[in-house]
Amino acid sequence: MSKQILSPLPGTFYRKPSPDEPPFVADGGPVAVGDTIGLVEVMKTFHEVKAEISGTNARFAVENEEPVMAGALLVELD
Amino acid sequence: MELAGKSLFIANRGEIAVRVNRAAKALGLKVIQGHSQADTEMLAVKLADETVDLGPPAATKSYLDVEKVVAAARDAGADAVHPGYGFLSENARFANAVEAAGMIFVGPSGDTIARMGDKVAAREAAIAAGVPVAPGSKGIVASIDEARSVTREIGYPVMIKASAGGGGRGIRIAENDADLARLIPQAQTEAAAAFGDGSLYLERMVTDARHVEVQIMGDGTRAVHLFERECSLQRRRQKVWEEAPSAVLSDAARAHVCAASIRLAEAVGYRGAGTLEFLYEPARDAFYFMEMNTRIQVEHPVTEMITGVDLVQEMIRIAFGAPLSLDQSALRINGHSIEVRVNAEDPSNNFMPFPGVVGAIQVPDDVRFDTMLYEGYAVPPFYDSLLGKLIVHGADRADALEKLRAALGDMKLEGLKTTLPLFRALANEPKVIAGEANTAFLESWLETAEIEAA
Repeated sequence: MSKQILSPLPGTFYRKPSPDEPPFVADGGPVAVGDTIGLVEVMKTFHEVKAEISGTNARFAVENEEPVMAGALLVELD
Repeated sequence: MELAGKSLFIANRGEIAVRVNRAAKALGLKVIQGHSQADTEMLAVKLADETVDLGPPAATKSYLDVEKVVAAARDAGADAVHPGYGFLSENARFANAVEAAGMIFVGPSGDTIARMGDKVAAREAAIAAGVPVAPGSKGIVASIDEARSVTREIGYPVMIKASAGGGGRGIRIAENDADLARLIPQAQTEAAAAFGDGSLYLERMVTDARHVEVQIMGDGTRAVHLFERECSLQRRRQKVWEEAPSAVLSDAARAHVCAASIRLAEAVGYRGAGTLEFLYEPARDAFYFMEMNTRIQVEHPVTEMITGVDLVQEMIRIAFGAPLSLDQSALRINGHSIEVRVNAEDPSNNFMPFPGVVGAIQVPDDVRFDTMLYEGYAVPPFYDSLLGKLIVHGADRADALEKLRAALGDMKLEGLKTTLPLFRALANEPKVIAGEANTAFLESWLETAEIEAA
């Protein structure tokens, strides 16, 4: 049974802290509770998305800089 | 100037796209509205004669993509392009690309945009035109003695700034000669360590600063001013409340800063609507030029309300080649106007953005509300949070404040959290009522103010 992290807000999803840096979470990587897994930009302000669950083998459902709705699936974990 | 049958491409969104649409329609122009894929339902799209898809929601892939916007306007057969504010409005490359594609850019030339967008070049142009700038050292200050000779000229307090610094880093404030002797060596050492360059310069600090800006309009040869606005109520350098005229200027101070602004506009051959922003220091009755904005501004309606001039129509007419239709001697200040920016933010929760679906809208009859909203509209989360601007006009400032309080009491925007409760509190705040709020006021007031939940 996979575990899911959903977007708390509507906006633009970013997997990296800035364009030149590596992603917060690598594809297939582990996630611990409290880790920042990405940013959601809503109306020009940035909100960190923190993991409330832990898991491994991160599979992102949303590309970097893609629009998301509130409640949209961001990443699945094992 | 016959504009009927010509077409205008609007390269913007939100309330300013609606504002430009109405001005263009009043002039008989056909309106072509560019929009991102997140903006297909926006009001300006519904009001347009034609619409063009500019691409994905992210502004960098739509509204900010110079090549895409120019191609969209050209392919739609537009005669002219209005950039609104923000996005590409002060992008010299965009202005040049619009003209290179055979269209009119509604604004100044690319050269003027580039020159006024460069802080150093703009300051030099200001000084050359006799526009007052913040006093400071002519260049680098190498020693304590040299710094003292500068402060004997400009007075205290002064800011000691690192040439290689930026964003407020490494700034020290000296109140007197003793401070200067102690702080200069510290600042030099720190700047050398932090930036690899210990060069310092001095600038006099502006105390109790008020944000005062002058609206100008030019046709490339002649320019007029349309008096000033005051925008001292700011949060994180964003204006939230604007007025015209300023609550603090004497007639002499107003005449002085407005005349200086025209000199700069005419010196650079300014075409279209522009604004010179100043800090005003009441204790010295002195102005310091900060920057020039080479576009229509968010807060332009307060100027329209006190002068009766439609600034957006005028800038479009000028862009199409008409001479300035305004005479300085015929321009007068009539009463007082206040604008508040209604943002989709929750002031009771640290101004958290709140995109959502608009429910019932109730706007009082005797106010102006420049807005992008209609009932049932889903505010997209991808752009800034400005929903609309509530604008009132009164016989004088006290009357305008009274009308604002009444309007805020009657106004309802259901389904959204907005900054309306912030303005209900501010309109009853004694410092605001007395016209005593400086640019630092709002942020310190917010630390203790109680704002009801939206």
